[in-house]
Amino acid sequence: MSAADVGATLDKMADAVVEANRGREVVLLGIQRRGVPMARRMAARIGRIQAAPAIGTLDINLYRDDLTRVASQPVVRKTEVPVNIDDKDVVLVDDVLYTGRTIRAALEALCDFGRMRTIQLAVLVDRGHRELPIEANFIGRKLATKDNEVVEVKLTEIDGEDAIDVMEIT
Amino acid sequence: MTRKDLLGIEELGREEILEILDTADSFHEIATRPIKKVPTLRGRTVINFFLEASTRTRTSFEIAGKRLSADVINISPSASSLSKGETLIDTARTLDAMAAECVIIRHNMAGAPHTIARLSSSRIVNGGDGAHEHPTQALLDALTIRQRKGRLDGLKVAIVGDIAHSRVARSNARLLTKLGSEVWLCGAPTLLPPSLDGMVSENRHLLRATSRMDEALDGADVIMMLRIQFERMSEPRFPSIREYCRYFGLTRERVARAGSDVIVMHPGPINRGVEIASEVADGPFSVILNQVSAGVAVRMAVLYLLLGA
Repeated sequence: MSAADVGATLDKMADAVVEANRGREVVLLGIQRRGVPMARRMAARIGRIQAAPAIGTLDINLYRDDLTRVASQPVVRKTEVPVNIDDKDVVLVDDVLYTGRTIRAALEALCDFGRMRTIQLAVLVDRGHRELPIEANFIGRKLATKDNEVVEVKLTEIDGEDAIDVMEIT
Repeated sequence: MTRKDLLGIEELGREEILEILDTADSFHEIATRPIKKVPTLRGRTVINFFLEASTRTRTSFEIAGKRLSADVINISPSASSLSKGETLIDTARTLDAMAAECVIIRHNMAGAPHTIARLSSSRIVNGGDGAHEHPTQALLDALTIRQRKGRLDGLKVAIVGDIAHSRVARSNARLLTKLGSEVWLCGAPTLLPPSLDGMVSENRHLLRATSRMDEALDGADVIMMLRIQFERMSEPRFPSIREYCRYFGLTRERVARAGSDVIVMHPGPINRGVEIASEVADGPFSVILNQVSAGVAVRMAVLYLLLGA
């Protein structure tokens, strides 16, 4: 997927979030790292139509179920959740939905911040292969992938360009 | 972090120090949540093995462990078998057999945590050993300074007080010079170490000593005051507390010699009216309570980096 496609897809996802949450105050929470610039861009898009939603960041590494298994220790980045998300409609934003374990960890993290009215999920790419009963509400692109493939999302803010690459690991 | 134990600042590289500080920055936020707890170290055991009086450091480690969901057990001097004649080595073996993942050790003998670390498969954190090192204190001080000043390199830091007996001064001198701060150690000649050589292994040129407080404070970005450790002195090192206070007490007038946005620090416990005037300890430049909050974040970071993978 090219740079223009990534931008247009994020715009479409932002529009879908507005459409599905008419009359409600949504909060966009980007999952570290690439969910963070995604949430920022979607919020900016929504801000052109109506009041820009509050945004925040969520680092899920402290909630991982595989901390003892990962080879290298994950870097814990900042979690910054807007003051009060009790009773709000929260949209989690992440780049790739794969096994669903990141989202499980994110849901557990969110429970410590109160009781949201709804928690929704927006992902740029759904590549299948779920290991948990988790689905996204807003999907930019569905990709049929193989287990030995890696989906790499690149965003200008972090990687210097927008792109989605699928690569086979040998 | 790839090391097994955290025994001192001496063996830490610049990158490792920054990794701990960056991680601590991320952990700060947990203290602001309605539920101040994450499940990261669920099922791990942390033993606080403090053979020297401590409230602040022990409590700080206990809170840090509990916020990460570890099971934290405290052993205090009166409750420990050392008072019943057990040797340090036997205690270490006993602790090891309990299979705690991490033991925090405070001991009045320099090197005690290092001895236990060699005998134990548990991860050992030095919570202060004699007049040698107190690594988590130096890390929390560095975090506090970085949060206020945005950097550590190029700062002038004055550490004033009982330098000779202070593991806090030693660990801070090591850490801050590694990261490019100019460190002035200041105290009465009898309270300064006989030589600065060997105190730091790199950037020796950034370490200075003086017995003139004005020289240490002149244009300083950070003033760190230390308590006089009477308990480590076998004989008096100065004529009277009043005289000490006149030459080395931090008053508002003295603070004015430092930079206009100076911060005043103290590892605690503070002795008001001795090394620091009340109006300074409670004044606008004081970050003494910020240090306490930073302490919990730094100790969470250390426990996570040692135990989290």
